[in-house]
Amino acid sequence: MALILFFVFAIAAVLSGICVAFSPFGNNPVYSAIALIMTLFFLACEFVLLHATFIAVLQILVYAGAIMVLFTFVIMLLNLSKEEIGEERLTLTKVVGLVVVLIGLTYQIGRVIWAHKVAPVTLHLTDGGPSNPAFGTIQDVGVKLFQDFLVPFEVTSILLLVAIVGAVVLAKRKI
Amino acid sequence: MTAQVVEALVHAAIKFAILVPGFVLALAALMSWIERRQSAMIQDRVGPNRASIGGVRAWGLFHIIADTLKFALKENIVPRGSNPLLFRLAPFMAMAPALIVFAVMPVGPTNRWVVSNLDVGILFIFAIGSLSVYGATIAGWSSNNNFSLLGALRVSAQMISYEVSLALNLVGVFMVFGSINLQTIIEGQGALLGGVLPKWGIVVQPVAFFLFLAASIAETKRTPFDAPEGEPELVSGYFTEYSGLALATWFLTEFAAVIMVAMMATAVFFGGWQIPWLPPTPALVATWWFQIACVMAFFAKTLFFVWVQMQLRWTLLRMRYDQIMTMGWKYILPISLANVLVTGLFLLLTR
Repeated sequence: MALILFFVFAIAAVLSGICVAFSPFGNNPVYSAIALIMTLFFLACEFVLLHATFIAVLQILVYAGAIMVLFTFVIMLLNLSKEEIGEERLTLTKVVGLVVVLIGLTYQIGRVIWAHKVAPVTLHLTDGGPSNPAFGTIQDVGVKLFQDFLVPFEVTSILLLVAIVGAVVLAKRKI
Repeated sequence: MTAQVVEALVHAAIKFAILVPGFVLALAALMSWIERRQSAMIQDRVGPNRASIGGVRAWGLFHIIADTLKFALKENIVPRGSNPLLFRLAPFMAMAPALIVFAVMPVGPTNRWVVSNLDVGILFIFAIGSLSVYGATIAGWSSNNNFSLLGALRVSAQMISYEVSLALNLVGVFMVFGSINLQTIIEGQGALLGGVLPKWGIVVQPVAFFLFLAASIAETKRTPFDAPEGEPELVSGYFTEYSGLALATWFLTEFAAVIMVAMMATAVFFGGWQIPWLPPTPALVATWWFQIACVMAFFAKTLFFVWVQMQLRWTLLRMRYDQIMTMGWKYILPISLANVLVTGLFLLLTR
């Protein structure tokens, strides 16, 4: 059951991920944004299958529900027409991006095939669940975050604070 | 394994079918009539009371049927120049999250009375609820109408702003009851403080309750926070171009959101299914009549909060858009942060 669901969500995530760049409905930033929301949503479904329910909910709450709203907000606020977006051109950044993606993809696929050759993997239809029954709950994540990973957590919060201050400085001419 | 999964899925589907179409949508339809009758009472009018079947008027209750027929028989116009695909899709994108969130609401004392007793509880409601903003924004954008687009921009800005304080308000409650699971929070509210006062959320977190009510009404986009659809400025905001059943979908979504706010207020701040001064001992919970009484208590409290929201809707004036933003960011958010701080200090000192 979990395996079937995994493939359903994985294929959906990859397909909607492709739709971000190549939308079947036309070249429109709003379609890309919706496709990206769907990708994030299906990723959250994969987290549920991995018994990480708290992370799954956070994924939807933060990425699909908050950050992507800002994306769509900006797209709609600008509401660029086709002339303003301009012609599609092949720039150096795009070529470099494509090369990096291809290298990464070949590396990952090669690794999986190599690992399978070294020690053949059998797929299980059901999993026995995590060894620790509290795995993935908010308590477990909280303990990990505030005991094992306290320094990275605090550094990240300082980084966010810097970003907020920077945004205020950029947005307001007179503070 | 597979048989168990299928059985669990069937059970969940049946419960969801009873709770959502049976209670939420039925109440939402009823609310379309209650709201107009009540606004008429407040404004010293008669209100809709003419629809009759065979001369029986029943206080105008048949207006629900008349309205449904009217909506269903009108043409679903897709305006020229709009984006037809997204325009047709948007009402569903708004409706689906508004109904899915009811799946984690425990309406009774055992697991039998909740569709899915998720460990992440309230966070699931926030996560799915945060997706509901797309319906409104996509609707406004795809209409290709400047009024609609402005409404959509206001919706997304307003909902994002108030989501933050909405979640922060409940942090105090989570700290007091030590859980984010709704069933655990409701069970925690069964105790009596000093043997007299029920340990309801409103008693232990009074500030959070009022801020929660304000923030959640802002999330439902109803007066006094209905600047996104303010008639004098924006016609009807993001759903200006909708007609027929698509328009009815927007109203139903709004009423479903109102019921969700009422249920959240009930579950988190008013003891959920707890009957005051009647602690649910295991022996009592095992009896069917006590369970039914608890469910009745839950629905009665829900109806009370629906009524409260209706009263507010027709009593208060619409706020200006900048006032809404100022209130959200400069008043509600700092006060709820302070509330979390004070609650934490109090819990730390009295431990």
